[in-house]
Amino acid sequence: MLDNLVLNLRVAYARLWVRVKGGNREPEWLVAEMFIPVLTLSAYVFMYRMLHAPPEFTGFVVIGGTMIAFWVNVLWNMSAQFYWEKETGNLEIYLVAPISRMAILLGMALGGFVNTTLRAVAILAAGILIFQVPFSLSEPVTALLMFFLTIVALYALGMLFASLFLLYGREAWHTANLFQEPVYFLSGSYFPTSSLPFFLQLLASFIPLTFGLDGIRQVVILNKGIADVWLNVLVLVVFIFVLLPLSKVALNYMENLGKKEGRLTLRWQ
Amino acid sequence: MLENFVETRDLVRTFGKKNDVVKALDGVSISIREGEIFGLLGPNGAGKTTIIKILTTLLLPTSGEAYVGGFSVVKEANKVRNIINLVSGGETPGYGILTVSENLWFFSQLYGLPSSVAKEKIKRLTVDLDFKKYATTRMAKLSTGFKQRMSLARGLLNDPKMLFLDEPTLGLDVLTAKRLRTYVIDWAKREKKGTVLLTTHYMAEADEMCDRVAIINNGKILACDSPTALKENLKATPIAKIDVSSIQADFSFIQKMRGVVGCSETRSIQTGVTSLKVMAQNEKVFSDIMSKLNEEKLKVLSINETEPTLEDVYIRLVGKGFEQAEEKANA
Repeated sequence: MLDNLVLNLRVAYARLWVRVKGGNREPEWLVAEMFIPVLTLSAYVFMYRMLHAPPEFTGFVVIGGTMIAFWVNVLWNMSAQFYWEKETGNLEIYLVAPISRMAILLGMALGGFVNTTLRAVAILAAGILIFQVPFSLSEPVTALLMFFLTIVALYALGMLFASLFLLYGREAWHTANLFQEPVYFLSGSYFPTSSLPFFLQLLASFIPLTFGLDGIRQVVILNKGIADVWLNVLVLVVFIFVLLPLSKVALNYMENLGKKEGRLTLRWQ
Repeated sequence: MLENFVETRDLVRTFGKKNDVVKALDGVSISIREGEIFGLLGPNGAGKTTIIKILTTLLLPTSGEAYVGGFSVVKEANKVRNIINLVSGGETPGYGILTVSENLWFFSQLYGLPSSVAKEKIKRLTVDLDFKKYATTRMAKLSTGFKQRMSLARGLLNDPKMLFLDEPTLGLDVLTAKRLRTYVIDWAKREKKGTVLLTTHYMAEADEMCDRVAIINNGKILACDSPTALKENLKATPIAKIDVSSIQADFSFIQKMRGVVGCSETRSIQTGVTSLKVMAQNEKVFSDIMSKLNEEKLKVLSINETEPTLEDVYIRLVGKGFEQAEEKANA
């Protein structure tokens, strides 16, 4: 039991190491991943300023742009990663090894988190410096709690998506494409979701990022405290407790289905 | 010590659904002894990789049983995974942006090796397999041969008791292929480190490496014995190699001639020559074939009697060579 835990922790660390090492070896990537999001959020900031929106909207946009970096990482470097692992033959090697597949996913998630945090901090810093965001933070612990719950819920969602990629190739790819922009929109990355119609808000409530972004903005920009964001905290905790076990069940199910149908290591499907 | 380290009983594997079912394995029963290098020899699509995938827990059998090291590959998959490793030819698992050593370290962690042990082992394997100078080179920059050396090193990192080699020398140059074969033979035989199941469609490779060979075609095992014993059975059957100066001609008439046991053909675009390997009931049949080739106005460049090879064993069993079997399977 203990041996097994140690083995899987080693695996998670090794996968994290690969991601951090590989992700930062070529500086061109770093520049592109930091510079392009700043451009996007600049467009929104200038638009809000032109429309004379309240100054806190600039803060909303900078926070949204920062958190979007995590969503993109979850979608393409976490969910879709098994697709690439399959195509390169790595998945076969993982599946032949006596390890938990969740350890690989955990390593990917932690590595992705480390890499994206580096980029997110740069985006945040650039946003603050360039646009002079009016931050008003009195409960930093609440802000950190909101941030970490959002991240865990997001990566748990990524783990669930990863199980789809274990079996499906291009179909899963299209699904990921399908999710990218609607989540930008519904989670209110560049505007508060309260301005959306009720049915869209209802739809947005199925996305952990919606509650995370809203909670972080309330604490960091609007100077609110835990008493105001407890519902966001609760919803994110529920997301985590549902998504994590579900991703493990889905991963086992997909692996068995793949072994039955012979599609587990089938390429170019 | 287990007498049979690997055992399969009536293994069946089908693919596809109701109206379009393909039987990849049709009642395969094999036993591999501990310490043995066992070869599965057959053309592409014969079922070799399917057997490996089942034994390495990547695929479930439709029916039948399979055991590795005494563990069921279906019910005790994780125990099986503890004692095996897999190296597939033509593939290089790993991350191109990482160096060879970094990749090997990563793969060593999948088996829980402490870092110091892993690094020592990586150093030894890169020396033994003669690619130490590339240890700090990014994997993406390696040639095919060195990538395959890295793959073999990866497969040996956990000291597997059972090593599966799926076409390990596919696409390699002659020298690299020879180097890898020698290393595996040393590993299994001289150092007695483990048992090997090798799939190949290179006859010479199976002949050189394997203690025993199973010949597989259309998902069925047709024969299983040592290469020498398999060839010995053909001693009484005359075999001739006939080189004909045409790569366009249809030679299927030979197969239909009286007294012909089997015939394979290899067409070389470079030389414009087709080499026919004909197995006959007696030597008079060769004269009939020469006459028929003359009638067809086909120029015979040479005819030589040859010693039986594993390819001849396959021709004797199936009636045609690998290339023709693959052509038929692809048609």
